[in-house]
Formats: sequence, structure tokens, C-alpha cells
Amino acid sequence: MSNFLSLMHSIPAAILADGSFWLPPPDSSTAGAVDRVFYLVLIVCAVFFIAVVATMVGFAVMYRRRPGHKSERTATHNTALEITWTVIPCLIVAYIFYAGFSAYMQMQTAPQNSYEILVKARKWDWFFTYPNGHIDSDLHVPVDEPVKLIMSSDDVIHSLFIPAFRVKMDCVPGRYTYAWFRGIKEGTYDLYCTEYCGDSHYDMQANVVVHKSGEFDAWLDNAANFYKDLPPAEAGEVLFTRRCNQCHSNDGSAKTGPTFKGIFGQEHKMRDGSSVKVDENYLRESILDPQAKVRDGYQPVMPTFKGILSDQEIDFLVAYLKSLQ
Amino acid sequence: MATTTQTWEPTQSPAAAPDNYLTHTRGITSWIFTLDHKRVGIMFLVSVTICLGLGAFFALTIRTELTHPGPTILTDTTAQLVSKLTLSNTQLTPQQMYNRAFTLHGAVMIFLFVIPAIPSALGNFVLPLQLGAKDVAFPRLNLFSYHLFVIGTVFFLLTLMLGGVDTGWTFYAPYSVETSTAVATAVVGAFILGFGSIFTGLNFLVTVHTLRRRGLTWFQMPLMVWSLYATAIIQLLATPVLAITLVLLLVERLFGVGIFDPALGGDPVLFQHFFWFYSHPAVYIMILPAMGIVSEVISVHSHKHIFGYRMIAYSSIAIALLGFLVWGHHMFVSGQSALAGMVFSALTFSVAIPSAIKVFNWVATMYKGSIAFTTPMIYAMIFIFLFGLGGLTGLFLGALATDIHVHDTSFVVAHFHYQMAGGVLIAFICGVHHWWPKMTGKMYNETAGRIVALVILVGFNLTYFPQFIIGSHGMPRRYFDYEGMLDQIPHLTLYQIISTVGGYMFVGGLIAIPIYLLHSLKKGRPAPDNPWGAATMEWQTSSPPPWDNFTKLPAVTDPYDFDHLKYDETTQGYVTTP
Repeated sequence: MSNFLSLMHSIPAAILADGSFWLPPPDSSTAGAVDRVFYLVLIVCAVFFIAVVATMVGFAVMYRRRPGHKSERTATHNTALEITWTVIPCLIVAYIFYAGFSAYMQMQTAPQNSYEILVKARKWDWFFTYPNGHIDSDLHVPVDEPVKLIMSSDDVIHSLFIPAFRVKMDCVPGRYTYAWFRGIKEGTYDLYCTEYCGDSHYDMQANVVVHKSGEFDAWLDNAANFYKDLPPAEAGEVLFTRRCNQCHSNDGSAKTGPTFKGIFGQEHKMRDGSSVKVDENYLRESILDPQAKVRDGYQPVMPTFKGILSDQEIDFLVAYLKSLQ
Repeated sequence: MATTTQTWEPTQSPAAAPDNYLTHTRGITSWIFTLDHKRVGIMFLVSVTICLGLGAFFALTIRTELTHPGPTILTDTTAQLVSKLTLSNTQLTPQQMYNRAFTLHGAVMIFLFVIPAIPSALGNFVLPLQLGAKDVAFPRLNLFSYHLFVIGTVFFLLTLMLGGVDTGWTFYAPYSVETSTAVATAVVGAFILGFGSIFTGLNFLVTVHTLRRRGLTWFQMPLMVWSLYATAIIQLLATPVLAITLVLLLVERLFGVGIFDPALGGDPVLFQHFFWFYSHPAVYIMILPAMGIVSEVISVHSHKHIFGYRMIAYSSIAIALLGFLVWGHHMFVSGQSALAGMVFSALTFSVAIPSAIKVFNWVATMYKGSIAFTTPMIYAMIFIFLFGLGGLTGLFLGALATDIHVHDTSFVVAHFHYQMAGGVLIAFICGVHHWWPKMTGKMYNETAGRIVALVILVGFNLTYFPQFIIGSHGMPRRYFDYEGMLDQIPHLTLYQIISTVGGYMFVGGLIAIPIYLLHSLKKGRPAPDNPWGAATMEWQTSSPPPWDNFTKLPAVTDPYDFDHLKYDETTQGYVTTP
């Protein structure tokens, strides 16, 4: 067993740092532990697989049916042999269990001083809420600081997966789940939804930006107060790219929802046959209660932005739509 | 009756009785309402093979779509075309089509192929014969199982016509509660199929207990019977849980009763517990009979007594029982407690041991045997290769830390397919080749069989092995597109192309099998009673067997003692020598 242990701990330094044929680079504080278990299991798999297949092929060749060759009567069971090949795998899987469990406990136990970010998943967007109230569609974190995600879902089950950090946890409606990590390298990583959640499940992706130490606070301050130095329409454009452009275009092309280009002031036909003039009140209503009036030719699929966009932000968006003539 | 048929006449086996179960009665109703377990088995065989074709069609749709990033064959144009073919008047988008394709692939393959394939088709044919019985305990119930299968399949086809279902075969709530696709018909279909499965299990259980030929003790039963017995226990105990779960889901969808949807006061994780409490044991419903086939074939075609008979038999029962205790390993990231995760992880490893023991026993059986490279034997060895790899990669999923990383990625897809396609499907093909002479009275072309087996081996590994690699790099499953991952996963498109090419090779091989098998019906050499030199009772009767299975009572011997069998040149089969 001690040989096994030392074997396992001699792996990481040598081959792990830049990722491998099997795994992406381990860029969180617990990823290395996961990878060590992965390679341990990989070695066990390779050894057993090669042993079994080689023996099988060897027997097949040696004892192939041919003229003059006869099958020989051998023992139909052998208690010692059978106990051996039961006990050895038992010990090996017991060790794999232990290794997997201890790495899992590291992944489960968030340090006390973790920076907390609220995660809300919703078909098919991620919302990350920071302590100062800023809501971002990407996950920004400081490097070398433990971050705890407090996650939930607004609709169906989603799952937050950051391959580079070996982090995955479901976002379940009606309850909170938790995950934590400590990014150990600056950079931008992918974040995927891995629990099937409907039409655009494949598109429910976000970035994880690990900021240089010291730069995170500045980013957060700027992200929350971006509109300070901007005219309302430009502030609205920033919000458009953050919240709307997955489903709405600003160039006249139809996506899941109607384009924003030139719609302000127009008369539009609704699904129920009525018609509506696009004005400030209609836009506000469409953001906060999207199902109230749905434009003809489109599905009633837009979720509400109540609680996500503030009154001021809605003003900015309306100003931006007005400017798209 | 005795006028036989033209199709069989030209090369009628000298050994076969002119009146066999295929010719005993004639006409389509003599099949549809037959009470003969062999005919029910044949009808299942034909039906599940057609369903396999349907499932493979969806598989190739998925594979072709993933060949390149961005829409490949599922485009706005094809979406429009398909939308017109369905009875629903919604206009599908390419991603909606993809989601329906993988859901239908999974649902068709699981419920219409992998679960019924071996027990209902081959098991039905073989089990009473191997026990020296005339039929199963409840022949009418057996026929009813088949009729339920047909009705269930009709509901699946109805689901297709209504535009399909997009929940994934797992029907996870609350998505399955709120999606507007045809969940209701699919769920009713699965419910009905479940009852077919329960009745088959019940039938086999009672048959094994009550209809063994007098003098046949439990430890003289072939291992195929042991594995079908273990399977029957699971079918009987686990399937009702699925049925209840599906009814609850339906009640929630139709009447808005809050069970799983938190918006109605329900708990979505409860659905997962219920679902996996059935569906994990269900993977043993699928794999145990496969192990039974391999146990038979390895021993017979190596002309060597099976090694560790009792351990293989006990391990089947152990798998059936332990399989009930591991469902939580599907839920390591669902938010269940760390303690539950730990317990389920530990229990999961315990179920790995009996499977490993079986593999060692099979390989040990070959030691000092006389191994014939017949098509069934080649498939049995392919099974050990693929099932070995699939089983071992399960260790990544049983260990908590690594499961967190690869959960819901293509790694799991690859593992699952190594078990279900590499395991169950390959064993099914293996069994079909092993018992084909008995079922039809004809020998197929061995050369064709061997070549196709190798094509399938290569095609299979090309299809699924790359999915381990992209999965451990983070490629999530059930993704319509992977444009965003190209910079993250090295050679992603290349792996996808290899996988697709392999998929076509694999399916190409599968298509070739019914061609040469059906050809053998016309042109095949008549099968002797015992072409492989097997010692189980089904080989003591004629090929094909008479209507009531045995004209004289079969002898009870050690099912794996081949010493008294000698090859006979005139019939090109084996005969018993005293």
C-alpha cells in the first residue's frame, strides 16, 4: 500500500502542470488532488485492461483449435486463486474509494473566509451577483482567494461546470447548493451548463475571469458603476450586450426575439391579434412582465428581468432602443 | 401441417424433425397469438432488431451533426422539412431537433432495445429449453408481455409523430413537467413497456422455480439461467418503482399536483432518487443476461468447463442485490449530502467486484481449452475487451473526486456506451449467432460473421474512445454545438470526426449482420442438433426444436462437461458418446 501511495504522489509534479492528453491544466487549488486520483485510476485501468486482454489473446492463440490439439481437463475452480483475485481488487477499489473521498472532502469544504458570490441559473443564462449588488453574466474572481458560490435556479435544473477548476455542482430550483474553488492562475476559463435544460442548453456558457491580485476590486467597482461617465443610451448599449443580445439583435435580424432596431414608435401586431405601439411603458412592461404582450410570430419564452435590471437600468435600455433608429 | 414449407424444403436438415415449431402451425395469427415461448422469442427478436435500427438512425443523426461545429445536417432547412412531417404545428429549430434526436435515441435504445433484447428475445427462446421444460410457466402472460411491448412501441411512434420529446431519456423534473413536447405519450409508452418487463421477470422466476426438468438441481443450471434469474429479480422489484415515478410525473404534468416541480411545492431531487432507484438496477437488467450469454459461449466454444461456476452464479445474484444500493452515484453533484455521496461511492465499488470476478473466470475458462474462432466466440472476446474497458472506466465515476469532474460529460457517454453497446449489444449479437442454428435450423456464413465482427470492433472503438478524451477535457454531453470549446479542448473537431466515421463503420457492420443471417435461411447449410458441442439441454433437441421442445426427455448432465461429446463428420455437429 505504501508503494501505491508514493507512486500516486510522484505523478503530479512530473506531468500535471500543463494539462495532458487526458486533462486540461489544473488551475484551481483542488484540481491537482482530483488529477492525482484520475491518474491513479488510469494506471489501475491500464494495468488491469492490458493484463486481462493480453491473457485472453494469449490463451486464444496458444489454445486455438487446430488438428492434434485437444482441450485439457483442468480444475474447474481453485479456491485460493479465486480468493486472491477477489481480495486484490477489493483492496485496490478500497484505496481508490479512499483517495476519491479525501479529494472530494477538500472540494466540499469551503474555507471560512471565502468570498461569496450568488449564482442564479436560468434558461439559458448565468447571473452572478456580487456583494455590492452588481450582477454580471460572467464569473469574475480574484486570484488566490477562495470563492464560494451559493447557487440556485429560477426554472429547471442546471449544472455549473468549470473544467479547468474540476468544479461541478447542480443548480436546483427551490434550494441552494454550494461549490467553492481558489483560482491559482490569472486567465479566462470556460464555464458550461452540464445538466440538460432545454433548447439552448449547449449555449448556456459563460466565462470565468480570474483577475490579478489587486485588480479585482477595481473591476468590480467599475462594473457596478459603469454608467457614471456614460450618456444613458451608451450605458443602455452596455446593458444590451450583457443581458439582451443572446435573443435580440440591434441590426434588424430576428433571433429568438424580435430585433431592437427601429422598433421604438412602431405599431406592432401581438399574438392575440391586438396591436401595440412601442413606447416607454410597453418596453418597461415587456422587460418586467414579458408574457403580458407577446409579439406576433414569436414564442412566449422570455423570462422576466424583475430583480435583475434596476429601474435606472431600464431607463438606460429604453434610451438605447430609442437611439437605434 | 406436415406439408412443411417451400422455403425450408430444399436443404432440409436430416436431423431436424419435419414438424418443428416454425412449421407446426401456419398463418400470421398462429404467430401473433402463439403461446409458444420460442415463437414469442422470435417475435421479440425481430421487433427489438427493428427498434435497434430506429435507435441507430437517431444515433447517426447525432453523430453526423457533431462532425463539425455549427449546424451540420440539422439546419433551418431540414428543421422546416421535419416540422412538416410531424402532427404538431410548431416550427422546430435545429437545436430543438438535436435535443429530440438524442432523447429519442436514448429512449428507443433503452426501453425498446437494451432492456428487452436479451431476456425477452433470447431468454424467452432459451430459458425453457435449458431447463428441459416445454414452455415458460405462464405462456399467456408471456404472449401478453409481447403485446405490451408492441403497444408501448406504438406509443413511442406516436410520440415521434407528435414531434418527439426533448427531456433526455431520463425525464428529469422539473424540465419534463414544463416542456411542451410529447412527454405524456413517451411516459405512457415507458410505463406499458415496464409492465411487459415485470411480467417477463415474473414468468422467468416462476419458470426457474417450478419447471426445471426433474432431477435438474440449481447448481446444474446453465449460467445463462442463473443470470436470467438474477435479472428477473430486478425486473420484478425495480420496475414498479419506475412505473410509479412515471405516473407521478404524468399526474404532475396533467393536473398540476406538486410532486417534483418546486414551483408547485415539489422536490426535483426526489425525482432523481425515484428514477435512479429503478434505472441503476435497470443497467443490471441489461448487463446480467449479457454476462450469461458470454459465460455460455466462452465455455462452449473453448470446449472447456467453465471456471468457477459457483462464483459466477453467486456473483450474478450479488450484482442483482448490490445493484439496488448504488443509485445515489448518479447524483454526486445533485446537492445530496457529502455523507450520502460517501456511502454511495463505497457501495458502488462493492458492485465492481462481482463483475471483475466474472471477467477473470471467463479468461481462466479459456486456459488449456480448445478455442474455436467461431463468430460467437469472437463476439464473446470482443465483449470482454469492451466490457472490460467500460467496467474499468466506471472506477473514475465511482470515485467521488473524479466523478465530479467527468459527470455529465462525454466521458460518461463513452463509459455508458462501452457497457451498453459494447456489453449488451455485443453480447446480444453473440447470443444470436450462438443460438441462430437452434432457432432457425441453419448455419450462417462464418467468414462473413468474422469479418463483420472485426469491422464492428474497430468501428466501435473509433466511435467511443475519443469521447473519453474530449469528456475528461470538459466536453459536456447533450450539446448541439461545440464552437465555444474549440479553443479549450485540443483537436476537438478531429475527435468528433473520428467518432462519426467510427459510428458509420459500427452501424455498417450492424446492418451487414441481418443480411448474411437472413441469407442463411435460404442458402445456409442445415444446422446439426449440436453444432458447437455444447452440453446444455437446448442442444439435445433438434434444430429447430419441435413444437413442444423435446421428443425425448433430455439427459441431465453437468452443463459444462464436454468430455462425452464427439465431433461427427457426417452431420458436422457433435454427438453424445457414452
